[in-house]
Amino acid sequence: MNDTPLLSVRGLTKRFGGLVAVNGIGFDIRPGEILGLIGPNGSGKSTAMKLIMGIERPNAGSVKVNGVEMAGWLPHRIARAGVGIVFQHSRPLHRQTVLEHIKLALLPDSLVKLVADPHVNRRAREIAERVGLSAVMHRHPATLPFADLRRMEMAKAIARDPKVVLVDEPFAGLTQTESQAFSDLIRGFRAEGRAVLLVDHNVKSLAALADRVLAMYLGEHVAEGTAEEVMRNETVRRVYLGGKIETRERTVQASSDKPSILEIDDVGVLYGKARALDGVKLHVREGEFVSVVGLNGAGKTTLFNAVSGLVPYHGTIRFAGQDIKGMSGAAIARAGIVQCPETRELFSDMTVRENLDLGGYHLANDARAEQLAWLFELFPILKSRQTQTARTLSGGEQQMLAIARALMMQPRLLILDEPTLGLAPVILEQLSKAMDMLQKTTPITVLLGEQNVTFALPHADRVYVLEHARIVWEGSPTRFEQEMAEGFLDAPPSTPTQAVRA
Amino acid sequence: MTALLRSRVVWAAALLAILATTLPWWLSGYILGVLTVAYYFGVFAMSWDLLFGFAGEVNFGPTFLIGLGAYSAAMLNAHWSAPIPVCVIAGGVVALIGGLLLAVPALRLRGPYFGLVTLVAVLLLQNAIVIFAGLTGGEIGMMVPDVISVDANHNYWIALAFLIVCAILLFGLSRSAIGLILQASGQDTVGAQALGFNVTKHKLAAFCISAVFSGVAGAMLVFYQGTASVSTVVDLGVGVQIIIAAVLGGRRTILGAVLGSVFLIVAGEFLRPLGQINTFVVAAVALAVILFFPDGLLGNLLRVRERE
Repeated sequence: MNDTPLLSVRGLTKRFGGLVAVNGIGFDIRPGEILGLIGPNGSGKSTAMKLIMGIERPNAGSVKVNGVEMAGWLPHRIARAGVGIVFQHSRPLHRQTVLEHIKLALLPDSLVKLVADPHVNRRAREIAERVGLSAVMHRHPATLPFADLRRMEMAKAIARDPKVVLVDEPFAGLTQTESQAFSDLIRGFRAEGRAVLLVDHNVKSLAALADRVLAMYLGEHVAEGTAEEVMRNETVRRVYLGGKIETRERTVQASSDKPSILEIDDVGVLYGKARALDGVKLHVREGEFVSVVGLNGAGKTTLFNAVSGLVPYHGTIRFAGQDIKGMSGAAIARAGIVQCPETRELFSDMTVRENLDLGGYHLANDARAEQLAWLFELFPILKSRQTQTARTLSGGEQQMLAIARALMMQPRLLILDEPTLGLAPVILEQLSKAMDMLQKTTPITVLLGEQNVTFALPHADRVYVLEHARIVWEGSPTRFEQEMAEGFLDAPPSTPTQAVRA
Repeated sequence: MTALLRSRVVWAAALLAILATTLPWWLSGYILGVLTVAYYFGVFAMSWDLLFGFAGEVNFGPTFLIGLGAYSAAMLNAHWSAPIPVCVIAGGVVALIGGLLLAVPALRLRGPYFGLVTLVAVLLLQNAIVIFAGLTGGEIGMMVPDVISVDANHNYWIALAFLIVCAILLFGLSRSAIGLILQASGQDTVGAQALGFNVTKHKLAAFCISAVFSGVAGAMLVFYQGTASVSTVVDLGVGVQIIIAAVLGGRRTILGAVLGSVFLIVAGEFLRPLGQINTFVVAAVALAVILFFPDGLLGNLLRVRERE
């Protein structure tokens, strides 16, 4: 193995407004080496990849390919200098066949070459064969299964003959056998002496493939080493699991005799060809706090969006005894299911107060004032931020505002989707306190989706584990601690089902 | 399958073209006159489709380019008595220069702003024509001393020949390697860049090509009609009609734009006895097609085959 790095990154930094998405990240990849870049959602790993490709411009730092400084170049120049990328989601052309897509990648960037060179045709066929597309190369992408679309993305990257290959979430949405085929293709890159960067949520899926793994969290470098070393690393475990797990049984013995307010029965969701949710069965009783725990991509957001009427599903979802299939998202929200989405969806140019007033728009004036006063008690920081526009808030404050706005609607069932996403530990504590207060002072019913087990468990009456689109476990927080906690991060991806990003 | 399909479209187009050449023997001069205008509109719509369907940029001001070509040709002919071929070529060149001046800064903008800039450009041109009424004839328009021909058949054949040449060039371009890169640039900018294509360069080239064809066709139209006026070659309404024709015929098909133009112009003319309702009916039909068949007449046919 050659020791001069093909890709050398130093001090890479990217700021979006006040948010530092990538902070001083650096690494080397030598020819024939595979580096895994891992981190939970919002850790900045995808941004780091885009910075290398030039899709985003870095604020500081250096990206050298074969010794040539490329930071700040436009993507097409970086691509021509030998960097290729395999996107997670392909956006194929509508009227071209698979073979034509591969030919496109073989064309020179010329304004006068009307006819492709004769070797292009032969080369495109060779590449189609190599990635396993030869049987379908004359078909249109719209007719292909998900895995073949990803193969096509791979083929396009191969066609550019890149020295450095960046692969975004190589196994998302693939079955076990398909993942195997992709692993073999990526090993092929290594054998050809290319430098490979794999970006993924989960260290586990890369463990067999990557020579080294670098873990990121909140834009920072947290650990580096072999996959085993990174998996054992305390910080990494804390980032994924949230550190030491504490549970407590609720004082008000929750309501095992209360009626179910939400019943989800055999619900499935398909995104195009990828199965995002498969035969999910779950129920929430009135006044209960239920946590759905699962890694990113397990299907939590999809589940909540199905309940909120935002994605089509099959199976039945009942709310307060009534089948809500076919109801619009707005009607479901008015009926009392309010979701506080992962992406927060604040009105970012409005002030904190305006955001809250909009949430309580349907309330009578005095009821709204009362609700507002109560929320300011729950989140005191929001009171002092009332006149600030939402976009100027910190991530934690934005999350509080999102929850507060949802509560302004006086929901019968509050759905919280990954409220801890990308938040610093100190903010988690504040959120956790607010949850506590919420539970103690109100009869509210909560359905929480979380990757961070430490945040999800203390409040929960019951816990479901969602893995690869299926519910794989159900029980009390205490039992979770005994049975599931160890295996949660290390658990091998369960075999047959397909996983897809939620 | 694609090759077969491609040849089918080409064969159908060739058949239609042959049919079109025979029309003067069995249609009246009046109808031929309507079709002549429709053919020039066909070229406008095809050049617009190259930009919208392939480069993925919505140009709300096709009449900016057409108007530049039309008025520069008309002015050259009226004030300096330049011969028609010189005027037509000059029209293409001026449209190209104007297009470049507009597109180089505008293509830096993202999303709807490119479209807005092109829209404003039309209004600017319209105002400029009114302000410099001494040179341009202002709101009334200007007569040109020369016309292509006074014979309806001749005019018809020239327009048809011009349409066929433009169609072959633009359709050929759209199916070439450059057309492929252009589609990739239009549909997935980031993806195309990651494959090493300078997206801005390709879009700019598409804009230039669109400008030259629009300018030349605008100049030809002036020498067919004998006048250049804001209401026929610059007005926003004309631009909207071109856009509707292209979308009606089928986005990303080039040839569909011709079908759309012929339908729009001919239907508009034949429904004229309806009076005010005429434009309403044509617009309603166009709206229905766009709502229910967003891929347009030809686009829909092509898509049915893709599913196979």
